[in-house]
Amino acid sequence: MKLTAEERRMLKGEFGPAAKEALALQIEIGKFFGAKRFVPVSNVHMMGDIEVMGDAGHAFLERMAGLNARCIRNTTTNARCVDFDYVDKLGQTRSEAEKERQLIGCLRRMDVVTADTCINYQTLYQPHKGEHVAWGDTGTVIYANSVFGARSNFESGPVALAAALTGRVPEYGFHLDQHRKGSFQVNLKADLRDVADWGAVGKIVGSAHQDYFAVPVFNGVKQRPGADQLKHLGAALASYGSMGMFHMVGVTPEAPTLKAAFAGNKPKEIVSIANRDIARVYADYSAHDNPLNLVVFSGPQQSLFEMKTLAALLEGRTVKAGSQLFITTSNGVKSAARKLGYLDTIEAAGGVVLEGVCFYILQNIAEIRARNGWSNLVTNSAKLANIISAHKFNTILRRTQACIEIACTGEDQI
Amino acid sequence: MKKQRSAEFKVKRAFGPVVEGEALVSTEGFSPRYDLDRWSGLISRPGHALEGHNIKDKILITPSAKGGIAAGWAFYDIKHKGIAPKAFVFGVTNPVMVQGAVFAGITITEGWLRSPYEFIKTGDIVRVDTRRKTVSVVRKA
Repeated sequence: MKLTAEERRMLKGEFGPAAKEALALQIEIGKFFGAKRFVPVSNVHMMGDIEVMGDAGHAFLERMAGLNARCIRNTTTNARCVDFDYVDKLGQTRSEAEKERQLIGCLRRMDVVTADTCINYQTLYQPHKGEHVAWGDTGTVIYANSVFGARSNFESGPVALAAALTGRVPEYGFHLDQHRKGSFQVNLKADLRDVADWGAVGKIVGSAHQDYFAVPVFNGVKQRPGADQLKHLGAALASYGSMGMFHMVGVTPEAPTLKAAFAGNKPKEIVSIANRDIARVYADYSAHDNPLNLVVFSGPQQSLFEMKTLAALLEGRTVKAGSQLFITTSNGVKSAARKLGYLDTIEAAGGVVLEGVCFYILQNIAEIRARNGWSNLVTNSAKLANIISAHKFNTILRRTQACIEIACTGEDQI
Repeated sequence: MKKQRSAEFKVKRAFGPVVEGEALVSTEGFSPRYDLDRWSGLISRPGHALEGHNIKDKILITPSAKGGIAAGWAFYDIKHKGIAPKAFVFGVTNPVMVQGAVFAGITITEGWLRSPYEFIKTGDIVRVDTRRKTVSVVRKA
């Protein structure tokens, strides 16, 4: 890689040992991908919680903090594994929660803004077209690339921190024009209303194209999606397909036309998604005759408008005895929901709103599942339906209203 | 000799030390978050092509990377728990797997210039040569 004078000085240790180590790590990764140089980034978002990194990752961060590591770009944290108000109520491990607390302290010493949200793009920072960022959490990256036209690769925890310390990333992948061109076309013929419908599209397209560098171009959209719909589409594409970017003709900034979205590329494939394809996604889930007693809205965290919708659907209703309804969101959204009365409505119905966490990375989630005897998990998030099965949940994707009906009656109306 | 030489394939990109070990060959993609029990090293996802297999000290040959950012920490975590594979041999991968492997110091390659399924089976001893960018069968199971 060609290094600037500043980067050479950094590599010599003139900016401190932490920045030196960070840059050396980034160079190895850049070399793997054939990056020719670094590009400066304006904002960093990193995944840093004890469930994901374990004791070894924690020790690494403590060592970096001990080397006086300091972020030179605004750096926020992703959702974590503990809501400290719910450690005992959920039956989480107190010693792990204490580690999480220490870890947050360590990150703050390095000047990381521990906002603990996976919807930073809705609540904290919206980069502009062409802006280079270094974001962790796949859902944030695909949103940045696709909806904002900003530029980021998946930057996992230690490498996102490296970007925060050096202020740059190796230039490969979605930082380069050549990887941002559409590679295949998806004609949207289905009526897509609920966020779960958009997640189902992400599941169909992502499952069939598990390739980071595959860039679907959605064409013919019937109903223009809002931010929450795009959030669920992106999260599902990233989850099922490991994808980092999509275009939607007439909707996303680098796709004013079909031609512009492909930018000279010939579509490798053209597929269509019709109503029957979406219906098949829902029909393929089965409760296997076990009770539908756990409903979760999480992965990604809920926006304020999603909270508003959930509150409206739960108004005057009660979660069925023996069932559980969990919602996760950010501290900021929960605070606003409290002020606006949504939180009261949800809690009066028996829902539990966790802040700063994502359900699937909750510390101890496999044990919590076993202790509660949960088998099925009903959700409107296609991403969550995918990833939490590693903890041996049987997942069922349903539209938002159907999820609420299941929470209140235990009955699946599909 | 001729036969031996043919039991190898080139990879496009490689990082890490040259390693030898037992192949664990998957027809399905891999995610350390979605598919793996990160305390035992067992592939835990119900229905995964390798369900019940342990990745510890194996050369994991898998066509693709699935999901998630969290792999960046997960490889370092499993390395320190002593349950990491010796190498990942991906068909196509994503930056997270590469970042995670580089951070953990685990050998990783990407890009199969020939399908390994024809001549490498689970249990074969294989060598991942990151300098020559090759994966070769050392001994059949």
